[in-house]
Amino acid sequence: MRNPQLNPAGELQHLLSIEGLPRAILNQILDTADSFVGVTEREVKKVPILRGKSVFNLFFEPSTRTRTTFEIAAKRLSADVINLNIAASSQTKGESLLDTVANLSAMQADIFIVRHVASGAPYLIARNVKPHEHVVNAGDGRHAHPTQGLLDLYTIRHYKKDFTQLTVAIVGDILHSRVARSLIHGLTTLGTPEVRVIGPQTLLPTGVESLGVKVFHDMKKGLVDADVVVMLRLQNERMRGALLPSAQEFNKYYGLSLDKLALAKPEAIVMHPGPMNRGVEIDSSVADGPHSVILPQVTYGIAVRMAVMSIIAGN
Amino acid sequence: MKILIKGGRVIDPASGRDAVGDVLVDGERIAALDNAARDATVDRSIDAKGLIVAPGLVDICARLREPGFEYKATLESEMEAAIAGGVTSLACPPDTDPPLDEPGLVDMLRRRARSLSRARLYPIGALTVKLAGERLTEMAELSESGCLAFTQANVPLDDTQVLWRALQYAGTFGFAVWLRAEDLSLARDGVAHDGEVATRLGLPGIPAMAETIALSRLLHLVRATETKLHVCRVSSAGGVALIRNAKAEQLPVTCDVAIHHVHLSEMDLGYFDSHCHLVPPLRSLRDRDALRAGLADGTIDVICSDHTPVDEDAKQMPFSESEVGATGLELLLPLTLKWAVETKTPLAKALAKVTSDAARVLGVKSGRLEAGAPADLVIFDPAAPFHVAPEALKSQGKNTPFIGYELAGRVRYTMVDGRVIYGEVRE
Repeated sequence: MRNPQLNPAGELQHLLSIEGLPRAILNQILDTADSFVGVTEREVKKVPILRGKSVFNLFFEPSTRTRTTFEIAAKRLSADVINLNIAASSQTKGESLLDTVANLSAMQADIFIVRHVASGAPYLIARNVKPHEHVVNAGDGRHAHPTQGLLDLYTIRHYKKDFTQLTVAIVGDILHSRVARSLIHGLTTLGTPEVRVIGPQTLLPTGVESLGVKVFHDMKKGLVDADVVVMLRLQNERMRGALLPSAQEFNKYYGLSLDKLALAKPEAIVMHPGPMNRGVEIDSSVADGPHSVILPQVTYGIAVRMAVMSIIAGN
Repeated sequence: MKILIKGGRVIDPASGRDAVGDVLVDGERIAALDNAARDATVDRSIDAKGLIVAPGLVDICARLREPGFEYKATLESEMEAAIAGGVTSLACPPDTDPPLDEPGLVDMLRRRARSLSRARLYPIGALTVKLAGERLTEMAELSESGCLAFTQANVPLDDTQVLWRALQYAGTFGFAVWLRAEDLSLARDGVAHDGEVATRLGLPGIPAMAETIALSRLLHLVRATETKLHVCRVSSAGGVALIRNAKAEQLPVTCDVAIHHVHLSEMDLGYFDSHCHLVPPLRSLRDRDALRAGLADGTIDVICSDHTPVDEDAKQMPFSESEVGATGLELLLPLTLKWAVETKTPLAKALAKVTSDAARVLGVKSGRLEAGAPADLVIFDPAAPFHVAPEALKSQGKNTPFIGYELAGRVRYTMVDGRVIYGEVRE
């Protein structure tokens, strides 16, 4: 079975998941993002790479941050951006996912940025678009959020240079996290020797070790000598459904405080995909402290998304 | 009419017979085999040289989608699929709309089936009214209308008190109850086996425990009531082990597996292939191997198609939102043959799972090839290639994970009640 995100030449046709992408393509995206970081710091923040192309933001699930960063990225590449808040339109009228996409395709789309509550939805769309159209997964269910994973990789590379010497700890709700899955695949592909996941058993998916990670239930053990600490957002709804007793208890055992951070390496960086629940998974003293690279992550996110769109549009 | 089937490899799984010979059909019955058949004067003869002559297949779970879901399939389309697949008897579960929970509906369905003169249809009655798991159906009345057993199909029955009483009541009349073992709360949100593949794909999982916990409850109730229980669609190694022990304990328990689960595993989900969205979910390779071991040692009595035609729109959805099920009537025979070849299971033993053992569980006389038995036969070429493609299927449902497979085994003739209803009769 051919990887559905690669074209017959083995180049990136769609970006659906980091899993299965060769190291060379990951490096190509990160290197290209490097060149765009310069653009975002210029006074005139535009390059003409996607001039005349249409990028459709197709968000079947609400999002502000990711949608906005895609929009900024597309505009800096000079593309026309159309935002569709599908949750409020055709889907509620009973139109099928593929009908929606076919209609937009008839409006001459070049790139679809898709977020959907169902894992795998972007694969279905990618299977049904025209050959010149591209799909970028902006988050599907619990499955993948590849541009977030790539911007996390970019941030780690920026601060730590060499993946092959690192210990990365990912903490919190791994079970529901597409961010964690994407980052894990990226880190293992780039040769990170130790990727740890830390959380209570209720928030770790069955057989998570098979993704190539070490499991810790005790955060204090899991953080020891970590170079990178990635905190995940804990949704309030996890308190329902018997996954967790309370936000307070979660904070005490799995929230990142200065005390716990002190167990990691002195020069460790702290990341978070946002939006943060201060006082739940991360204390303000850490989020705003010297180890935090949470805001640079957002900035790099734009460059990484520019890189992804420019590469797939050129293939 | 007398028909002589000449020179085929005649397999009767019930007796273990597997030898080249002749079969004489007289009217609705098999009249004689071999020498006794040869001297008769006949109206027609069928040259079966190089072909296998076996009892027609008995498929104990095939959804025909009537009444209520005629846009997915109709009795006409699915009966054509059945006979093209060599299936001469089939049992349909009551998960129609409305469900088969009253005698009038069962009567109507059977009458419709008879008027088509295709395969024999045996409706399985609803165990509870509207399958809602609250009130018992009129099982005795339904039995008089032709229901051979009672089931909840895929609708969970969570209330143990209701379940206990349903088994007690069914047992009063000697009726068998057919149930799938799945714990409602463990399965509720899941769409795939809770294992490495679901973890990787981010699909909500259904743990194998959902089956073993529910099955343990069922077996306790069988011990208490001594009602005959048929466990439908066992899917896990733990489930097979529990049934093996229950049989060793001499509990009145039988079970079946869907043909998909005999071949496929969670690995086949690939990149979210909604054709693999099945109930129960495809589990690990270890589970699949345990199912095969269960077939080999007799723990699993029957293989069924679990035929579920789904319209294409309902499959062209994200995996978790797509409708469950796969078409299977026409694939039951070639996939059973494939399993037999892969596991070196003797053909007579393999075919028993879809003929004589299936008939035993269902409680019907067909599924045998001996003098006096109903003349329900299939004559097939075990080596003829079968490329699985939507256009090759007569079923209205083209949804199967086996699209693109190169199978072997094609039905040449299907006979029900002594009439050739599929294939050309050459004089």
